[in-house]
Amino acid sequence: MPTTATGDTTEMMAVGLAHYLTVSAILLTLGVLGIFLNRKNVIVILMSVELILLSVSLNLVAFSATLGDLTGQVFAMLILTVAAAEAAIGLAIVVIYFRNRGTIEVEEISTLKG
Amino acid sequence: MIAALAFYLFAAVLIASAVMVVTSRNPVHSVLFLILTFFNAAALFLLAGAEFLAMILVIVYVGAVAVLFLFVVMMLDIDFAALREGFQRYAPIGGVVGAILLLELLLVFGTWQFASDAAGFRLNPAPAGVDNTRALGRIMYTDFVWLFQLSGLILLVAMIGAIVLTLRGKTSTKRQDIGRQIARSGSVNLRQPALGAGLGEIGIERPPVDAPAEPKKLAHADHGHGGHH
Repeated sequence: MPTTATGDTTEMMAVGLAHYLTVSAILLTLGVLGIFLNRKNVIVILMSVELILLSVSLNLVAFSATLGDLTGQVFAMLILTVAAAEAAIGLAIVVIYFRNRGTIEVEEISTLKG
Repeated sequence: MIAALAFYLFAAVLIASAVMVVTSRNPVHSVLFLILTFFNAAALFLLAGAEFLAMILVIVYVGAVAVLFLFVVMMLDIDFAALREGFQRYAPIGGVVGAILLLELLLVFGTWQFASDAAGFRLNPAPAGVDNTRALGRIMYTDFVWLFQLSGLILLVAMIGAIVLTLRGKTSTKRQDIGRQIARSGSVNLRQPALGAGLGEIGIERPPVDAPAEPKKLAHADHGHGGHH
């Protein structure tokens, strides 16, 4: 188990860092599993990507709280920004693809292939 | 003690709702469970002492991103049952990949350690006696100002991209094209009818109705009144 070397900064956390990392690992695994399970539904795949990004920012926040370093939270905020932008662009692509094709099945989407 | 119990409660609900996001039959339910996931993640952020990020998570994710997902799911008329056909087929390989990934992550998390002088390498140590939002603001607008500007630029690009992608020219509405009106010529001819001649003699002159039929208009101009079509 990871041992904290920071001493006084660890009382910010109610539980140890390992608990946060475990939750984050399970969340990331669930996100990857969601991409595999919903091979056809782009919207659920986008939601799985959101889960993965959430797990990464959970990791950053947990490390930031353990070390008492605020840099991790700043980067978690950047991840939130990128996730919001990615969701907007992805959903816009889904909408125009549905408008043109009448379906959102991923396996049918080969038009974008070069 | 209460905080630890709260952590386990929120973590359990977080993971359970994430499972429901992935395996739910109806995508609307998936979005609603995604909202629950975000709320519980915000609670975990609060327990870790990141209050500002927790509030941002609630506002941005629940208020904007999840509602955007909800809009798109409800707006598109999709046969969701047909989309779930391959669910059983891909479950084994997905389970294998997920299990391997989880095993590797747990191995990594179980064996690593902080460096003994990790505290000395902190870039921005949290100042004592300053709350989280104020401390974040102090470093975000000074040390990380370029990162801040970069996220603004990312949002701008995303906004313009979404508008450009989904904007379509109005084809349903009829607009007055003044330039085409003025440039139109030859459709109505000025004539000098004979005195006392009625409509029975000269007929009714109408402009051609269909503008795109250019050759026909020329043919009409040949024999004077195009009252027939």
